[in-house]
Amino acid sequence: MIDHAARAKTFVEDEVRLHWHDKAVWFVRQKRDLARAVLPEWEELRTLASQIKAHTLSRLADYLEEFEKKALAAGAQVHWARDADEHNLIVHGLLQARGVTRLVKSKSMLTEDCGLNPYLEARGIEVVDTDLGERIVQFRHEPPSHIVMPAIHLRKEEIGVLFHERLGTPVGLADPRALTEAARQHLRAKFLGAQAGLTGVNFAIASTGGVVVCTNEGNADLGTALPPLHIACMGVEKLVPGPRELGVFLRLLARSATGQAITTYTSHYHGPRPGAELHIVIVDHGRSGILARKEFRRALQCIRCGACLNTCPVYRHSGGHSYGVAVAGPIGSVLAPHLDAKKNAGLPFASTLCGSCTDVCPVRIDLHHQLLLWRGELAARGLVPLGKRFVSRVGRWVLLRTWAYRLFGKLARIFAPLLPRSGWTRQRELPPMPRESFRAQWRNRAGPR
Amino acid sequence: MPARDDILRALRAAEVPPLPRPDLSAVAGIRYDDLRERFAKSVVEAGGRCAVVLQGSVASALLQIPEYAAATKIASLVPGIGNLDLTAVKDPHELAEVDFCVLPAELGVAENGACWITDHGRANRAVCFLAQHLAIVVQASSLVHNLHEAYARLELPARGFSMWLSGPSKTADIEQSLVIGAHGARSCTVLVTS
Repeated sequence: MIDHAARAKTFVEDEVRLHWHDKAVWFVRQKRDLARAVLPEWEELRTLASQIKAHTLSRLADYLEEFEKKALAAGAQVHWARDADEHNLIVHGLLQARGVTRLVKSKSMLTEDCGLNPYLEARGIEVVDTDLGERIVQFRHEPPSHIVMPAIHLRKEEIGVLFHERLGTPVGLADPRALTEAARQHLRAKFLGAQAGLTGVNFAIASTGGVVVCTNEGNADLGTALPPLHIACMGVEKLVPGPRELGVFLRLLARSATGQAITTYTSHYHGPRPGAELHIVIVDHGRSGILARKEFRRALQCIRCGACLNTCPVYRHSGGHSYGVAVAGPIGSVLAPHLDAKKNAGLPFASTLCGSCTDVCPVRIDLHHQLLLWRGELAARGLVPLGKRFVSRVGRWVLLRTWAYRLFGKLARIFAPLLPRSGWTRQRELPPMPRESFRAQWRNRAGPR
Repeated sequence: MPARDDILRALRAAEVPPLPRPDLSAVAGIRYDDLRERFAKSVVEAGGRCAVVLQGSVASALLQIPEYAAATKIASLVPGIGNLDLTAVKDPHELAEVDFCVLPAELGVAENGACWITDHGRANRAVCFLAQHLAIVVQASSLVHNLHEAYARLELPARGFSMWLSGPSKTADIEQSLVIGAHGARSCTVLVTS
């Protein structure tokens, strides 16, 4: 089982980095707040987006069939994959058939989830992640720690050392501008030398058969405008009914993600460019299972903006790698147990249930509620560790008895400061214990009510 | 059973109760008193520059852009500008050395500074991303307030490439510091013509 608290240990031990990470990520949340504040219709847009996604999910199979028909008519080819293995097999098959050994990729959480890179690399294909943050973590043989900002856990000095080793930049160079320029030169050569480009998909338009990809760097566009083969991988839930619905999501996505009004490049692909091929791989990989579960299906509305990560106090204080899955943070903790409940049983507990994730979600997913639902279900299925189960039992027993609650309150005021701290509480100070219980304070309060 | 049928069957088996498609005609998107001013501001917020061409030609306005004035290889999809014949380019890789590219836009959106660019360059659309610097030409009468209005007005090409382009290429992947000029254009100037 992934023990989030244990995995967070190294991250929280470096106190300076922890506070820096917290601040850096919270800064993005604040930018989102500013972007939202200038739109009077923001809350209405969120409701609308949620309704559009709920509608689309309610007839997803029909929309997928419509999308496939239109995509084929536009000249694209469509493939279907039940799971990660089938997805990897299809992508490799396409590359192999065309003798591709050099692939450039832009960001796709789906392929991350499917383990595509190691799969292709094991078969002799050079895979170059072209998003700057993704290239950085790829150089370090690490997964991204954030779905929108893959290298947010790293300091510029560390990237400077990395680039010195990998790209030959001068020793000590840590200026983001100079480092980005070095990456630009390095990746230009990769773009020009690539035989195929692979992208994720932000939205797929059912009525037109188009796929939409959003980036700020332009890496998806360079990766697909030069080589003769473009492979676009998408989960079944990426569909929107038509272009007008797309407009609603584009207004929400970048504002929620980084506080920008829109990404620099929002590319609409309808079929391949003349003389080239476009292959769209539609992947289930557990999504139909989530759709079948009434209380959890809203999680499929997610547009991967990362706002719930940026606002989450647990994410900010533990870093993305503590989650041990491709998608970290509240949305990741809600999705991961569907794929492997046993392995990911610890993740729904990596939350304070404060509800901030639900408050910022642009498509109104009831994230903190789903986290709580998971806890109940995991306990019922016997997947919660013994210690946690024991504590929950005791808690329940105490909370059901007034006398026990009073007694334990008294004991906690005396003994809590003496208890050993472990996991993420190691670096935390308990607030000073009050001398009397709230009951006593209320009874003794001065003056009449 | 093939994967396609299997997936569609599994999605139908989920038996999600049907929900209505929301009516988008009722959405009141933000509107601005001065469309042109707000558009220019949004372009600047996206890291670009915006100039209004009141008198004179686009050609003379372009010469005011230092990167244009310094450019040797200029591609243009605005007729009468540039020194590179895109139709003669057989392989987009030949466009790697382009210094400047001028693109016409069908629409400009005031709320985000994005311009609607459709399949210009066809097989050679790489020029939009390879060029070191960009200029976009959009008519003042083609400005709209928000994306709802934009999608209500524009028609997606049944086949081909189209995009919203707002400002130059950028990244903040190193410590959240904004750097202009990630992979694509290092600068982007929008010329609004009347």
